[in-house]
Amino acid sequence: MAGAALVTAPVAPPGALAGRHPWLSVLWSAARTPRGAAGLTMALLVAGVAIIGPVVSPHSPNALATLTFAKPSGQFPLGGDFLGRDVLSRVLNGGWLLLLMAVAATAIGIVAGAAAGIAAAYLRGAPDGLIMRTVDVILAFPQLVFALLLLSLVGPKLWLIVLAVGLSHAPAVARVIRSATLDVAERDYVKVAELQGMRPVKVMAKEILPNLITPLMVEAGLRLTYSIVIIAGLAFLGFGQPPPTANWGTMINENRIGLQLNPWAVIAPAVLIALLTIGTNTFTDAVARVTIGVDRRPEEAALLDDLGPEQA
Amino acid sequence: MLTARRLGVGLITLLVVSAVVFLATEVLPGNAAYAVLGRNANPARLHALERQLHLNQGLLSQYWTWLSGLFTGKLGASLANGQPVWGLAEPRLINSAVLVFVTGVIGSVLGVALGAVAALRKDGWFDHISSVAALAVTSLPEFIVAIGLIILFSTVVLHLLPAVSLLPPGVYAWSQPELLILPVATLVIVIVPYIFRMMRAAMIEALESDYVEMARLKGVPEWRIVLRHALPNSIAPTIQVIGLNFLYLAGGVVVVEYVFNYPGIGQGLVFAVSNRDIPVIQFIVVVLAAFYVCVNIASDVIALLATPRRRIPR
Repeated sequence: MAGAALVTAPVAPPGALAGRHPWLSVLWSAARTPRGAAGLTMALLVAGVAIIGPVVSPHSPNALATLTFAKPSGQFPLGGDFLGRDVLSRVLNGGWLLLLMAVAATAIGIVAGAAAGIAAAYLRGAPDGLIMRTVDVILAFPQLVFALLLLSLVGPKLWLIVLAVGLSHAPAVARVIRSATLDVAERDYVKVAELQGMRPVKVMAKEILPNLITPLMVEAGLRLTYSIVIIAGLAFLGFGQPPPTANWGTMINENRIGLQLNPWAVIAPAVLIALLTIGTNTFTDAVARVTIGVDRRPEEAALLDDLGPEQA
Repeated sequence: MLTARRLGVGLITLLVVSAVVFLATEVLPGNAAYAVLGRNANPARLHALERQLHLNQGLLSQYWTWLSGLFTGKLGASLANGQPVWGLAEPRLINSAVLVFVTGVIGSVLGVALGAVAALRKDGWFDHISSVAALAVTSLPEFIVAIGLIILFSTVVLHLLPAVSLLPPGVYAWSQPELLILPVATLVIVIVPYIFRMMRAAMIEALESDYVEMARLKGVPEWRIVLRHALPNSIAPTIQVIGLNFLYLAGGVVVVEYVFNYPGIGQGLVFAVSNRDIPVIQFIVVVLAAFYVCVNIASDVIALLATPRRRIPR
């Protein structure tokens, strides 16, 4: 199994492992599976639309260029929206910020979750208890509800949406990374580093973290998909950029009263969001298959291996 | 013993959760009364609202007033329209409970059945098609599924079902059951893939196990192997995933109720957050979190009881 070899490869000399980028070759082998190729194509297609879109958009996304819910025509291939703005231009302009916010929220969730998970597993004792009980409390809120709760305090600011979604990811990431760390922390090279008098922070960063790249990659993919789902969902609910700005989630909500007149104003952004989430999820699945070697998400695999609740 | 321990931990989590919700909404934004009034704040109105929200008392006594109110139904009044929170929330709670319950039952049965069939016909056409479909659907946001169903069944393609419910808040959902169809269908589509995947994986593992091999060698008929040996052993891990999906429903109802204008607590939460109606937000968030914690405990306990080898303490 190529994946297994990659995971254990860094065992040899600690320190020399960072130069080889094992995660790149994992991504590469995932991209070459049919599933991975399909997922990557879908995701890159939508990302392309989102990033190149603003440059090639034929009209201004906010100009009242045509009639309310106008049918598609030569000049306006996707028709008009509820105010008579060009749907195509709004679609082309409405993706990049969603993408950027999702990536940022994922980064926050992965960094915070990984730091908490590694610290809990490596330090054990009181820090472990404190971190994991905090995790339990945050996990008691559904992610969307957690984000809504934070938004209700300060108002729908974009940075707050990113922060709220990122923080809502952290506990789940922390759980996965904690159990992965428990395994790595027992390895000989960690013991050697400790005996050489390395400081705990350095042990965690230099010896443990590089060996968690595989689970972290799978987690990052999963969390990216969830970030897109939640951030687009919040925009749909009316908690996104303030009105005139184009946003795929918002577009679906504001144009659905006109479904009978011009369905493309809803279908186009909906299809893009769907392709994006299916794409990222399918590619993540391919990465998980390459690295773990089973057709299972990490959380499901954990359930199968160890049925049920943590026991005392 | 384990069960009691699990219950205790759950209760403590609940208490902490309630304190977090309370502190977050009452303390963090500086002064809640000021946040609510915003530009309309003047000293007289500020004082009136502070008294209404008990902001003039000490923190601990504020929390106590609120916590005991949760159990006695004295939740204060909505800031949006001045009506008592409990009177507003009660019909919404029941509507959401109906939605979650109906979805949970249909989704679990469907997921377990499809997963078992796919596992029995492993690598057959049904297995391949359903696995790919499950992978695609797991990642779809629920509002996209909902919009897809609205396009298919109630606006663009067919006109079979109502696109949004016109129930006014305060009415119970079962007075017009056809309004439940699309919200339930949306949530079922979103949860079935997870249950399906888990059931399929667990069932395949069970079918390849030693005890099934042994039963086959003894000449036990295949239907009996499936029903008596493979199924019970694959149900236990699946129950946990079913539990996880009920948990998911606690968040999923928010979006789906909003899409279909279904008068449940999810829709109520979206409205309350838009209006910064703090007493309503506090109540709904605590209810959702309590539901979350309780389902978590229940699924752990059931999984514990459903797994034969776990009944014996190690």
